[in-house]
Amino acid sequence: MPAQAAGISGLFDSYRPLPGVPDELCDAQGRMRPGWAPLLDHLSALTPSRIAADFARGEQHLADAGVFFRKYGDATAATRDWPYSPVPVVLAQADWDTISAGLIQRADLMEQVAADLYGPNRLVAHGHLPAQLVASNPEWLRPMVGVAPRGGHFLHFCAFELGRGPDGRWWVLQDLTDAPSGAGFALENRIATTHVFPDLYARANVQRLAGFFQDFRSALTDLKGDRSSRAAILTPGPLTDTYYEQAYIARYLGLSLLEGGDLTVADGGLKVRTVKGLIPVEVLWRRMDGIWSDPLELRRDSHLGTPGLMSAIRQGQVTMVNALGAGVLETQALMAFLPAISRVLTGADLMLPNVATWWCGQAAELAHVQRHAARMMIGPALATRMPYETSAPHAIGGTLTGTDDPAVGQWLAANAADLMAKELVTLSTTPVYENGALVPRPMTLRVFLARGPQGWHVMPGGFARIGGGADTSAVSMRRGGSVADVWVVSDTPVATPTLLPRAGDGPFRRATPEALPSRAADNLFWLGRYIERTEGQLRLLRAYHGRLSEGASGPLLDGIRGHLGDNGIKMDHAIPKGLCRTLAAAVHSASQIRDRFSVDGWAALTDMDKTLAKMQGTTKVGDDGALATGILLRKVAGFSGLTHDNMYRTAGWQFLAIGRALERAAMTLGLLSRLADRDAPDGALDLAVEIGDSVIVHRQRYATITSRDTVIDLLALDPLNPRAVRFQLDTLLARVTDLTADAPLGHMTDFERSVRTLQTAFAVHTVVTLDTAALDAALTEVLGLSNTINAAFLH
Amino acid sequence: MIYDIRLTLATDYAGTASNGRHVVCVMPRDLGPEQRLVAGLLTLSPRPSERRDRIDFFGNAVVEFALDALHGGVEVSVQARVERQVTRQSPQSATSLGALPRIIDACRDMGPDSPVHFIAASARAPLTPAMTAFARAHVVSDMDTAEAVVAVGRALYRTMQFDPKATTVDTPAPEAFAKRHGVCQDFSHIMIACLRGIGIPAGYVSGYLRTRPPPGKPRLEGADAMHAWVRAWCGPQAGWLAFDPTNDRIADSSHIIVAHGRDYGDVAPIRGILRGSGGQTSRQSVDVIPLVDPIPPTATGGE
Repeated sequence: MPAQAAGISGLFDSYRPLPGVPDELCDAQGRMRPGWAPLLDHLSALTPSRIAADFARGEQHLADAGVFFRKYGDATAATRDWPYSPVPVVLAQADWDTISAGLIQRADLMEQVAADLYGPNRLVAHGHLPAQLVASNPEWLRPMVGVAPRGGHFLHFCAFELGRGPDGRWWVLQDLTDAPSGAGFALENRIATTHVFPDLYARANVQRLAGFFQDFRSALTDLKGDRSSRAAILTPGPLTDTYYEQAYIARYLGLSLLEGGDLTVADGGLKVRTVKGLIPVEVLWRRMDGIWSDPLELRRDSHLGTPGLMSAIRQGQVTMVNALGAGVLETQALMAFLPAISRVLTGADLMLPNVATWWCGQAAELAHVQRHAARMMIGPALATRMPYETSAPHAIGGTLTGTDDPAVGQWLAANAADLMAKELVTLSTTPVYENGALVPRPMTLRVFLARGPQGWHVMPGGFARIGGGADTSAVSMRRGGSVADVWVVSDTPVATPTLLPRAGDGPFRRATPEALPSRAADNLFWLGRYIERTEGQLRLLRAYHGRLSEGASGPLLDGIRGHLGDNGIKMDHAIPKGLCRTLAAAVHSASQIRDRFSVDGWAALTDMDKTLAKMQGTTKVGDDGALATGILLRKVAGFSGLTHDNMYRTAGWQFLAIGRALERAAMTLGLLSRLADRDAPDGALDLAVEIGDSVIVHRQRYATITSRDTVIDLLALDPLNPRAVRFQLDTLLARVTDLTADAPLGHMTDFERSVRTLQTAFAVHTVVTLDTAALDAALTEVLGLSNTINAAFLH
Repeated sequence: MIYDIRLTLATDYAGTASNGRHVVCVMPRDLGPEQRLVAGLLTLSPRPSERRDRIDFFGNAVVEFALDALHGGVEVSVQARVERQVTRQSPQSATSLGALPRIIDACRDMGPDSPVHFIAASARAPLTPAMTAFARAHVVSDMDTAEAVVAVGRALYRTMQFDPKATTVDTPAPEAFAKRHGVCQDFSHIMIACLRGIGIPAGYVSGYLRTRPPPGKPRLEGADAMHAWVRAWCGPQAGWLAFDPTNDRIADSSHIIVAHGRDYGDVAPIRGILRGSGGQTSRQSVDVIPLVDPIPPTATGGE
């Protein structure tokens, strides 16, 4: 329906909830639920084009921030845009209080269950939980049995997926206790929403999210014993589907984002490898599934984990958030027993029920499931995800997939102990803006809880998943859809958390930057090299296309082609594949360290990558190629400028700068070796000056035509020309000196020694002594630095 | 029977390595009257920067150690004296096959020897229809569990060819079964999968096997081997029955037990992760020297 016709408050009047399905905006009598009025008034007062513009602002924010998901394990998978629904889900404070209380109770219960499963096993011994569900469970980690978690708690951060059933009550659909994702997405949602509704948000009494994260940050810090040790986030790496989110939250909380390979176990404790040696890590917020985190004691085939992590945990040297093995609590069949377990352990019923669940390994339960299979979803008992989210055989509403068994009944009977069944739940709907009108779509909430010193804190809203169509069965969520912010709206003004210092915080002290993890340093170093290499290759290409368009041929053109070949570029296309590979390598290096990267820097890099891909298919050799490479050169300069002007001068920047200086010195040496050789063809010297971007300076400085002496002087020996080798060696030395500034007096690393030797030897050259052989010798030395830097910092 | 056991387990690297971390599980277990560890010493070379001796979930003695400095290889040595005595289970006390599932379902014991840990498929012993069908074809419904275990083990011994060249330490059990070739590790994993497939809890046993030299020849130094066999749970009265499918017999006093697990993955003699370059070669030498020598039957060694 066109919204033009709807007019003021028309959005609500024309909203049609689905019959018999509870809706978040509309109650059963068709009245607007509390909390929504300001949002609906706001939207109804806007023209469709204004709404479109406002919503686009949110989308733009997310696009600028580079929000993406990636399918795990597929390095080549294109990242896709964030599916974002700008209309938030509004929940009244009273409704939210019910949810909070219920989930705090559930999180406490889960903690007790974990302590029992890895401790005395009373639940099994007393018959409250079948032994097989634990003993056969791949998430029940035997190395953790009998290990008391440091600090006393198994769970510190968990999430629950909720849906509202037909009776209007909230149900827990899924427990996420191992390494739940989404908290960073919630933050991003919120920031996008504040871009869409800036004024409204400020006055609508929406509970803020920042306080939750501040509390969690300080809780993590408090879990450390030693102040000089670190709290960090453990990530499976950039290939994981939620890596963006992990990088985002690491930046937001100011925590290091570490991969298993960044960590090592030494002297019984967990350490991070940094450019300043091993530094203790005492708190690890784990975003990696438990079973992958130690290849020595858990999954042997894991390349993601840290050998010995389990040992450090056993020694009480590290607090895991959450404890390894917490994934067992996500077991689907466990929900069948939780209501009774709650009564046994706490003496109270669950305040928020979970979806009715039956484990088919019991005769009576199996019979019940057999009778009602049409109203159930049936899947693996020990899975940690809903049946429809697993690749294992499952039956939904009586329809069987993934097995050759002819009928549900037979399949059930043959595999009873391995299966569980859940009631097919339907969800409530929430309004989504489509084609100028609000339409009802099914939704689930994801609610996050973090443990503080006094107990659990609940993140007030932030994250809802919205189904793509009108089908309200929970199963429909598997087809994806979008996500939306969740507003918990209070009747009274809400507290606005502040980062300003409070009384009692003590005098201001400047924080010293943390030592850079070796792997991040390595990636920054290579990013610097690849970016510089991209630029150098572009300059060569531009010269090549330029000469072609002037109709040049013969030895000079062959010379450029040969030099391109030496640099790994075959002239297969006007924009050759070799160039694309170089830039792809730069993007790859950058993608490994997203958390250390400014949003703008990343955007500039990916923009360059996109432009290059676009040009690759369309650009023709000659003039067109020269123009295209010119555009790309300006984009490289843009990226370099961003890092040079904006990047904080920590060790990370030093490594980036070292990579660039090293690569530029090497490229210029290679160029001069070929083009300033006595036997180089006519025009080679002019070409060298052009590629070296020094045409104007040459004209001003020497007021003469190029000679070997002037070119060597300007591009090799000049300490003031940023394109000259000498300038780059000086830069290298300066960066290396910065890096090792706090080394003990008189203690010089091999790396610094090599750079100093090289720089001095080069500086004393004259245009006479710096012949082609000397250039080649210097090139070998420069390239050799890559190994020395590795040995010095990146081991 | 009293044995002196000597083991050397060595890995030599083509290059050098640093930050090595290993877990070894090679010390004979102390299991009470059945097997007593009189004395045992495990030494490591080069000297580790960190060493921790502990007992794992299944009660096995493991040693975890780290080598921080650059090193060109690692050598683990064991010297142990073991007193081994076998008390044969009486087959009459084993539970009938039909009664087993209900007993296991009702089991509330989570201890390391509880059958509940040994019923589900494990990484190295996945269940396949082919192996389950093989097991089913060799048991009849009126057998008790112990008879069924022996029947399946015997059938495997007759079907499988002992062949050290056919498989490697990483060959999946279903593949070895399809080839009908393998070594003790394959025989054991296949038997475990077969038994679990028909509802009998079964686990992996690693250990040392005493071998007999050909008549008239002296015992060759270092020629014995580490070995693997199977144990299966035959009900609350009978408990665990150990069967060696590679040698077609119930495990006896020639079998010295090192570790119990669900499969090889739980009890690998040495596993390790290191940062280094180049390939590596492994050496193993085992001596099982009987101090008192009655007449043992002949046997085929391990890998």
